[in-house]
Amino acid sequence: MSGLTESRHFVDPAPFAPDERGDTPAGSASAWRLIARKFLRHRLAVAFALVLLFLYALIPFVEMIAPYGQARRDGDFLYAPPQGVHMIHEGRFIGPFVYPYRSHLDLDTFRRDYRTDTGRPQPLRFLCRSDGYDWLGLVHTDLHLVCPPEGGTLFLLGTDRLGRDQFSRIVYGTRVSLTIGLVGVAISFTLGLLFGGIAGYFGGVTDAAVQRLIEIVRSIPELPLWLALSAALPANWSPLLVFFGITVILGLLDWPGLARAVRGKLLALREEDFVQAAELMGASPARLIGRHLIPNFMSHLIASATLSIPTMILGETALSFLGLGLRPPVTSWGVLLNQAQNLAAVQLYPWLLLPVVPVLVTVLAFNFVGDGLRDAADPYN
Amino acid sequence: MIVQVLRRLVTMAVTLLIISALVFFVIKLPPGDYLTNRIMELRATGEASSVAKAELLIRQYGLDRPVWEQYLIWVGLMPGPVGFSGLLQGDWGWSFEYDKPVADVVGDALWLTLLVNVTAVIFVHLVAIPAAIYSATHRHTIGDAVVTVLGYVGLAVPGFLLALIMLFYANRWFGLSIGGLYDASLTNRPWDGEKLRSLAAHLVVPTLVIGLGGTAAMIRRMRANLLDELAKPYTVTARAKGLPPTRALLKYPFRMSLNPFVADIGNLLPHLVSGSVLVSLVLSLPTVGPLLLESLRNQDQFMAGFILMFVAALTLVGMLISDLTLVWLDPRIRMGQR
Repeated sequence: MSGLTESRHFVDPAPFAPDERGDTPAGSASAWRLIARKFLRHRLAVAFALVLLFLYALIPFVEMIAPYGQARRDGDFLYAPPQGVHMIHEGRFIGPFVYPYRSHLDLDTFRRDYRTDTGRPQPLRFLCRSDGYDWLGLVHTDLHLVCPPEGGTLFLLGTDRLGRDQFSRIVYGTRVSLTIGLVGVAISFTLGLLFGGIAGYFGGVTDAAVQRLIEIVRSIPELPLWLALSAALPANWSPLLVFFGITVILGLLDWPGLARAVRGKLLALREEDFVQAAELMGASPARLIGRHLIPNFMSHLIASATLSIPTMILGETALSFLGLGLRPPVTSWGVLLNQAQNLAAVQLYPWLLLPVVPVLVTVLAFNFVGDGLRDAADPYN
Repeated sequence: MIVQVLRRLVTMAVTLLIISALVFFVIKLPPGDYLTNRIMELRATGEASSVAKAELLIRQYGLDRPVWEQYLIWVGLMPGPVGFSGLLQGDWGWSFEYDKPVADVVGDALWLTLLVNVTAVIFVHLVAIPAAIYSATHRHTIGDAVVTVLGYVGLAVPGFLLALIMLFYANRWFGLSIGGLYDASLTNRPWDGEKLRSLAAHLVVPTLVIGLGGTAAMIRRMRANLLDELAKPYTVTARAKGLPPTRALLKYPFRMSLNPFVADIGNLLPHLVSGSVLVSLVLSLPTVGPLLLESLRNQDQFMAGFILMFVAALTLVGMLISDLTLVWLDPRIRMGQR
């Protein structure tokens, strides 16, 4: 006992000034900074966030990255397998090059056979001139990051039924497949905020009605309804209009989850002391909503929105795969997979299945980032 | 309890009614209908007698009336040209494409759809529960990491592609016939032992593919629930007073963590049914999936409408069952307070 009474607390003689010491206590950093700090601690989420950033950064430069234009066909190379890029020819380093294909028709199986001619290395060209395009619809140019060798071909991921370069088409597909998720989520986000906000703000009968509506929409299996809705898109619409139609369809059925989150948060936050305090201090409803309520649940909403993007990307892929989604010449990963619909593709031309790789990576990335955001969304917990 | 079950049934009926309106509206969205298209086609080829028949059908099914009247007739809330005869009276309408009653066209497909979905639900639970328990009790081990990674991949792989690839290998390695739910040679046989065996073998691929996404989601959620429960004081108490580890896990925390799990069937079912439609299309299973796509493409409205209603009803009944299970599992839950 005597030991306890004798022990003294250590007191730091320096004055208490948290800001100078660098480790600011949680109370004084802004909520968004705390969220960012917590998110950055989630290594996997950060890594995948960088992957996503990279993919989205590619979108404006699609034409430049793809060695071929998206409609470019090469009738001599139908269903050509992927061409490997080599560095060393006969023990000598000569930089990246490909071996040319020699194709001949096998008259027994009526399939084209491709043999690699390992005697003639064809070096790749970089920052070179190839198919022309209008960059961002403004500048006409023909600059490409990498081009097929002079008089040769460059089919990194093989070609399809019409002899179109699969790699270039996957690169082009990035644009549509990645934007469709974002636009769809923007639509469902707006609807979710609107319905959830109305339900949470007015309460009572309105709330009950919106709740029933949410339950009904949630209980309908998505895909059959997507099918029905996309079957309803007029056949004479241009591919671009169809693209918007499909986006709206994907967004229309996704809002109930978000609306529910908004409503729940609004109802819970309304009872909080700080809201009452703000009210007593004479804050207007607009200030109350904009300054105190929305910032409080926005982080949650962004997290749930991130988690619902994969559903849309997969939805587009499924619809296009079935031939009810986007129509050529619009190129998306789903449209590309449409060619891999039969078993012949799996057996004979497995590279036609490759567009599934970017789908997988993107969906995984959105899931990880969404999970990371969700964990970080409530920094005070 | 009984009053509450009845109340739930009434809510479900109302929900179904609203869904039916939605479904009918969506199906009527594209301009024209099967018969008018057909009549134009017949006129072009000059077959007058068929035109007369199609016009008869139009009158018989009230397709010349306003859309809302058509809807009420279809549901059976308004007398049509042949009196009250709609979904409520058990008349599922006429398939113009097949020129047969819808009931005859869908036939076996209905219960095969049910079978595929029920198998998938059972599969999800059989796999997800042990995997989640293992993953939660062996946190930060390699096994846990494997389960987590598989879970994420399961969420990301598009089902239709997986179906294609598995179908290919099931054929190559196990000699299963491509597509279908039983060997093609058995199509016209009654349901005897051999056909049932064939059915069981063919169910494996669809079940795996349909269940995969749901399993992944379930494992993740249940693992999180179980981890929450394991951290609570009552678990510590149970262990401290000397309960064997298995009992200390299964008796309390496991039961608690099952709650959100069962409640989650409401989320799971629509996804499974969606997935089963897609996978059925790829694997050409004799379920309602391929029929739905075909009828939507041909504007075979009564057939498409009936199948959509069937799929929605399947989901709703499944949710009702899950709610009832929840009450049985956790007596604290009061129905009707939601």
